[in-house]
Amino acid sequence: MAHHHEVPVPIKAPYFTSGTKVLFAIMLAGLAVFVYRFIAGLGAVTNLDDQYPWGIWIAIDVASGVALAAGGFTTAALADIFHKEKYHVIVRPALLTALLGYTFVAIGVLTDLGRYYNMWHVALPGFWQGNSVLFEVGMCVMIYLTVLYIEFLPIVVERFKGKVNLPGILGGFNKLIESFLSIADKTLGRFVSLFIIAGVVLSCLHQSSLGTLMVIVPSKLHPLWYTPISPLLFLLSAISVGFPMVIFESILASRSFKLKPELSVLSSIARYTPVLLGIYFALKIGDITLRNAWPYVSEMSTQSIMWLVEIVGGVLLPILILASHRLRNTVGGLFTAASLVVFGVALNRINVFLIAYKPLYATKTYFPSFMEILVTAGFICALVLLYRAFVMVFPVITVPVDENGNHIKHDDRINVSNFSRAE
Amino acid sequence: MSLKRREFFKLAALSSAALATNSAFATDDGEVLDCRATYGVLVDTVVCIGCRKCEWACNNQHSLSTEPITAFEDKSVFETHRRPHSKAYTVVNQYSDPATSKAYTMKVQCMHCNEPACVSACIVGALNKANNGPVVYEAWKCIGCRYCMVACPFQIPAYEYDNALNPQVRKCTFCIERHLDEGNRPACVSICPNEALTFGTRQELIDLGHTRIRMQPDRYEDHVYGETEIGGTSWMYLAAADFKNTELPTLPDDAIPQHTETIQHGIFKSFVPPLALYGFLGLVMHSLRKTDNGQEDQ
Ligand code: SF4
Ligand code: SF4
Ligand code: SF4
Repeated sequence: MAHHHEVPVPIKAPYFTSGTKVLFAIMLAGLAVFVYRFIAGLGAVTNLDDQYPWGIWIAIDVASGVALAAGGFTTAALADIFHKEKYHVIVRPALLTALLGYTFVAIGVLTDLGRYYNMWHVALPGFWQGNSVLFEVGMCVMIYLTVLYIEFLPIVVERFKGKVNLPGILGGFNKLIESFLSIADKTLGRFVSLFIIAGVVLSCLHQSSLGTLMVIVPSKLHPLWYTPISPLLFLLSAISVGFPMVIFESILASRSFKLKPELSVLSSIARYTPVLLGIYFALKIGDITLRNAWPYVSEMSTQSIMWLVEIVGGVLLPILILASHRLRNTVGGLFTAASLVVFGVALNRINVFLIAYKPLYATKTYFPSFMEILVTAGFICALVLLYRAFVMVFPVITVPVDENGNHIKHDDRINVSNFSRAE
Repeated sequence: MSLKRREFFKLAALSSAALATNSAFATDDGEVLDCRATYGVLVDTVVCIGCRKCEWACNNQHSLSTEPITAFEDKSVFETHRRPHSKAYTVVNQYSDPATSKAYTMKVQCMHCNEPACVSACIVGALNKANNGPVVYEAWKCIGCRYCMVACPFQIPAYEYDNALNPQVRKCTFCIERHLDEGNRPACVSICPNEALTFGTRQELIDLGHTRIRMQPDRYEDHVYGETEIGGTSWMYLAAADFKNTELPTLPDDAIPQHTETIQHGIFKSFVPPLALYGFLGLVMHSLRKTDNGQEDQ
């Protein structure tokens, strides 16, 4: 095969750049509010009230977060279950995104829970409430998060097995960790595929259940989004956003690390997106038609405008771009389309959980407080920073390496060959 | 909502069939409490004089405020529309009937629905419908997710946002702590000077409501609100005019939990769809393993 010399390796780059410093500052500000929230309570930091019990921490941190982490299960399904081997290069970055994404979803939930110290109740059979959609979401997310960590373990093993060398007093743990890693190494290979399939099943379950959450508010949700097929729409849009999210961050990462984007793999994976989005679009349109909801599209309210932006900007436009063979094979075209899908799905979640929600006795509309926004921004920055740290420590990103195992920078090899055409 | 009931369930069935999922943790109780014998209260807004003594009694019963009962004679509160909140489980509002422009007053609190959306929503079972009617909240179980507040069609549960350590969901308890079964009535009912509030079993109250309507058809709108709304509620209302103009929302008859539970329980049960998906994916993974050696489509 063509890429014997392409392997996942820890990326060598300076961690601090002017960009990461800005992210750090925002993250710290968010962290300060995060801590303050636990001291002062939800009322002191958020604009939530009895009319609007849920705000951006649920709509963005949790609902959008879960959707945008879908790259983890979609690429795993494609590469590991359907054995499309060439996509293996994107499985690890997608896995890492899912892992970090879901970790932050969990922290986001924790931030929003008034009685966070009771969170463990969800895991205890005595408290299980099988009729609650939220329970199903919570359960699946919790188990899936565990599965993600297990799936990541082989990467940790690959990096550290035989190389554990903690300094000072921690040195005493070296043997223990080493033996843990070698046990993991021996057993994981056999079982990891069981976990991969479990991850896909769990994702299908909770991605759709997330769409069932707001089906419980028939009288409070705007008819453009209130539909019993909401779970199906949520699942389909999650599947659709999986690859675009991988493309989006892969291009960003290669920019940031001065690597050449894996254009051939990315544009090849992007072929699926217009098809998936097309099915999603058809269902959306069919649903609106069946429910006679078209008049709401033209009512020119905030809701109808947001709906149009969601559909035109987040679904139609990227379908058009990615359907073009020429645009799909350019970094610019790919990146634009992928960003639009990511934006569209995130907006859909925000629309369903915030914009479409209308309290019965609304005396105001909810707008997040500055502190709420800071926490959310802080989480996103922390996620990016952790991602950067992880790919510098663990072999996640696949790059061409020279004989010494040093990866070749974009700049060094720009003249060497045209990789995307070498396929 | 433009969606008809039948269409809704058709679509819901379609959706769960297409997904064949979401039944993972669904229980199969399907038992609906027979609510005819459960307790209820009939609020007759035609008789209500807006004295707000029920507000005081409720506050007093639950140690929500120390204001003397005379403070509640203040009618100026009617100038603004109020909602129950974490420090007041019930409030009295004043409305005027646009047809006759006559003013009338109405107490609002948790309706103690027969099939409560809040109970169906709660992730840890902190809200429950007691066998004798009240929908009760157990703070020690609650994780503070506020999904119950999202779900309630009457926008009732309130939250203690300013309490950092022990915030609770707050709503009318139906005074269950006063031992209704021993013949005690809720605090608000006991104090009502004009018998605008009648405590009894739901069936008695429905009958009473219809009797009053029949006896004085020009005083009452022919509608016992809560008899069928949203699957029926324990607290029910009589009014002089169309309920459209009151605090109470116009709601369909089907119980809200059916919307989500139909989907969630799906047409498959007890783990079958997820396991089937698991098996299918396992099969795919296994059978494609040998044939594919990296030669791609393209
Ligand atoms: S009125 Fe709301 S809070 Fe009260 S029982 Fe019904 S759904 Fe629950
Ligand atoms: S806030 Fe408490 S009572 Fe309400 S749904 Fe969540 S856990 Fe249940
Ligand atoms: S039943 Fe009890 S808790 Fe409910 S409004 Fe009346 S006094 Fe208050």
